[in-house]
Formats: sequence, C-alpha cells, structure tokens
Amino acid sequence: MLEVRDLHAFYGKSHILHGVNLTVGDGECVSLLGRNGVGRSTTIKAVMGMVDAQGSVKFKGEEICGLKAYRIAHKGLGYVPENRDIFPTLTVRQNLALGMKGTKESGRWSMDDMFRLFPRLQEREHTQAGVLSGGEQQMLTLCRTLMGDPDLVMIDEPTEGLAPKIVELLRELFVEITRRGVSILLVEQKLAIALEISQRLYVMGHGQIVFEGTPAELRANAAIRKEWLEV
Amino acid sequence: MEFFLISLLNGVTYGLLLFMLSSGLTLIFSMMGVLNFAHASFYMLGAYFAFQISGHIGFWPALVLAPLGVAVIGMAVERYGLRTVHKHGHVAELLFTFGLAYLIEEAVHLIWGRAPVNYGVPKDLDGTLFMIYGTAFPIYRGFMMLVSVLMLVALYVVLTRTRIGLVIQAALTHPETVEALGHNVPRVFMLVFGGGAALAGLAGVIGGNAFVTSPGMALHVGAIVFVVVVIGGMGSLAGAFIASLLIGLLQTFSVALDWSLGGLFKPMGISFAADSFLGELWNLTLASAAPVLPYLLMVLVLLFRPRGLLGTRDT
Repeated sequence: MLEVRDLHAFYGKSHILHGVNLTVGDGECVSLLGRNGVGRSTTIKAVMGMVDAQGSVKFKGEEICGLKAYRIAHKGLGYVPENRDIFPTLTVRQNLALGMKGTKESGRWSMDDMFRLFPRLQEREHTQAGVLSGGEQQMLTLCRTLMGDPDLVMIDEPTEGLAPKIVELLRELFVEITRRGVSILLVEQKLAIALEISQRLYVMGHGQIVFEGTPAELRANAAIRKEWLEV
Repeated sequence: MEFFLISLLNGVTYGLLLFMLSSGLTLIFSMMGVLNFAHASFYMLGAYFAFQISGHIGFWPALVLAPLGVAVIGMAVERYGLRTVHKHGHVAELLFTFGLAYLIEEAVHLIWGRAPVNYGVPKDLDGTLFMIYGTAFPIYRGFMMLVSVLMLVALYVVLTRTRIGLVIQAALTHPETVEALGHNVPRVFMLVFGGGAALAGLAGVIGGNAFVTSPGMALHVGAIVFVVVVIGGMGSLAGAFIASLLIGLLQTFSVALDWSLGGLFKPMGISFAADSFLGELWNLTLASAAPVLPYLLMVLVLLFRPRGLLGTRDT
C-alpha cells in the first residue's frame, strides 16, 4: 500500500529526516514510535506532501513524492493532524462535510456511521466545533478524515492528553477502521495501545528508523525500549 | 435633526462602500497572510474600466463587466505573481503588491492621463430620491446603498451557505488541514483573490462617479481601507464591517461639525484668542481635523487593543 524509501525532509535549512524507510501493507495497522522531536510527525507530513521532502514515496505503486497535498488526498491517503485542527467556526456537521471529497457520501463511511460510532457528535451536530471538548474534537478530526474515504489513514498522536475512557473509544474506532479494510499508520506516544493494535511497529530516533518489528519483538527488546522510548 | 439624518444616510453609504473594499482585503489577509497594498488599485481600475465601458455601451453593462474584468486581473496577479513570490516569504509578497500598486497607477497615467476623467452619474440615476426637511437625497446615493446591501447579502450567503464558502471559512484558519482533506487550496486562494478584486472593482464602479475618478483615488482610499482593516481586526469580516460603518459615520459627521476644544470652555466664560498660547489648537474645529480622525482612531486602537475590535491575530 505505502512504501517509503530514503525519505529526507527539511524545515528551512534544518535537516529533519535522514533517509526514512518504512512500509504499510494492505489493511495493516503500523505504529511509528519514538520520543518527541525525532521526526515522527514530520515523516507523515512529508508523505502527505505538507513539508518539502526528497526521496521516494510510493502509494499503491505510484510515486507521489513531490505532489501537492490535495492531490495526494485524492489518491486515497488520509491525514489526521495532531493538534486537533477542527474548523472552529463551522458546525460539527459542516466539519464532517468538508472531509468529503465531493458532495455525495460514498465509499466506506457515511455521516450516520460516524454518529453511530460517536453518539456525542450527533448530539452536537449543529454546535460550533470550537466549543467541543478535547476528546470530542479528536473524534471529529478522525471522522472528518474518514469521510473522505481514505485507503490508508495516517493519524498523528490521537490519544495525547485524553481521558482513558475516550482513549478506549478511539481504540475501538481503530479496530473498526482496519475491519473495513483501511490501513493505519499511527504515530503514538502510548506504547500500550500501539503494542495492542499494531501488526508491526517502527521506532524512530534522530530522523531515522532505529527498530522495526512485531509487538512481540519489541516487548522482548528491552535495550531498544530503554534507549529510544522510555523517558 | 435634518443634519443628523442626512449625515447618517451619507455616512452609512460611505461606510458600506468602505466595507466593499475592506472585505476583500481582510479575507485575502486572513487566508494568505498577505496585506495586499494593491487592493485599492483594483478599486481604481474598477472606476476606470466602468468609465471606458459606459462610454461605449452604457452604465448598466459596465456595472457587471468592469468588476469581472478586475476579477480576471486579480486572479492573474495571484496565479502568476503572488504564487511565485510566495516561496520567498511574506516580505517579498508585501513588496510585490507594493510595486504592483505603483505599476497600476503608472498604467492608468499612460492610458487615461493624469487629470480626472469625466465619469459621471448615469442619467437614469440622476435626480432626487426624496427630500428631508428641504435637503435633497440623490437617487444615486440610494442606488449605492442598494448595491452595497445586495453585495453584503450575497457575500454572506456565499460564505455560509455554499460548499466553497465553507472551504473558504475553514481555510481562513487552517489552510494546510483543508488542503490535506483534498481541497485545492491554491485554487481557492486564486478565487478569493479574484473575488476580493471584483468587490473592490465594484466599489470603484459605483464610487468612481459619486466621487472623483483620478489616478490619485487609489492612494486616497487605500489608506482609509487599511485603517478600517486595522481597526476592525486583521482577518475579521465582522470587524471590518463595524469599522467601515464607524469610519464612514465618523468622517461624514466630523466634516460638518465646527466644534472645537476651545468651544468646550465657552459656557464657562473662558475663551481663547487665536494669538494666545496654543491658540491654533484650541480653535481648531472638528471639521478641519476630520481627515486625521480615522488615523487617530487607528493609533488609539493599536495602542489599547492591538488585535483590533474583533481580530484574532496579533500581526
């Protein structure tokens, strides 16, 4: 589905990614772990065409590195920003509508699906999104991207700062996403969730991938966890 | 009472015209972060285009065609100018629009000359709409009001009821996120720039003949429009609307009032002779200070509320 080879990215003059390699298979859930500032967010932004990048990004076999973000979105890649970038002046329903690529609901997800998964969003359907709680905003950003029917969705730090109850809701949504045949590339801080829902994990350090393996392999590798993950 | 009503009507008309100019400027600023120095030049182009077109096929076609022409120029400026310059940062963009304003002014000099052109109110709209206490209110003022209000309604409907309007609203605060959802944000930028230019052009069509159509009109009105945007708050349409009416009323009322600082003390039996200490200041009338008042208000707003009335950013 997604194949990233030797990806370099720059913010101005600073070199953030030093040749990142990773793959995500069809229907697979893959997590990208690491401490803050090692380039996890930059990696998925670079894949999405939101920062200047060099290297190769193949999506469904097609080279997309260098394309504009909106073109990449139309190829079937979805991106959920970490800072819960809801559109504050629009209502919940309008936010969801802007997630759709056209004016008709099509593909795997409908607005009713979202409301069934998160009844809270339906209750606040006509509320301005800016007044939602942090957890509700996170649900909304996720649902908004899903409305565009991506084949692979990249999610940046979805559980950060959320109450355990909401984290559990999100975990159920991730399971539902893969059940509908959508791949996930998850940037996550909470090791427990990543280990539980992912088939494979990558650990990043200093702009490179320093570990690749299954949850069992990461559990067994205390040295990697100690050097790159634990604070 | 008579003075009040007439000034109110004139002030509101002028304010609505200012809003037509500042709405585009503030939309462009909040989306692209570009303070477009050439915005008032689009206003001037609207007036000159209308003068030229109405000379051939009349005022009514000009009312539609001139703003469209300005819109096309605006879109071309965004697509082939700003978008290229954008890579080099906001200062380069600012300088670009600054240079563009001069270019347009020189082009106007070359084509239509330095003197004001004879762009008058059309015959159909010449005359008196009604009388208030013996003072005539011209039909054309009423027409300007009507066009401005229609524009206001149209802008509101487009921004809140259409999909492109929702995309614009979302892109005002989160352009990157909107683009990542699959919306062609560069094209939206171009359309907004063209739309803003068209509104400025429309203001030129109906303002050019009410006031004067001359190469200096862009500079004259441009400064006031910046004042409106700063007072209203960068990037706030509602703020621009309030500030436009405020400035419109302020300017209209102040030119007609001969109040002075010295006058405040008259009832107390104190008067200031023109040759006394600071005599000029005490006897300065509000009317003669009128042109400065908007700028004074801007300085006060910047000092005490730098974000403007309803602004969201601190730039």
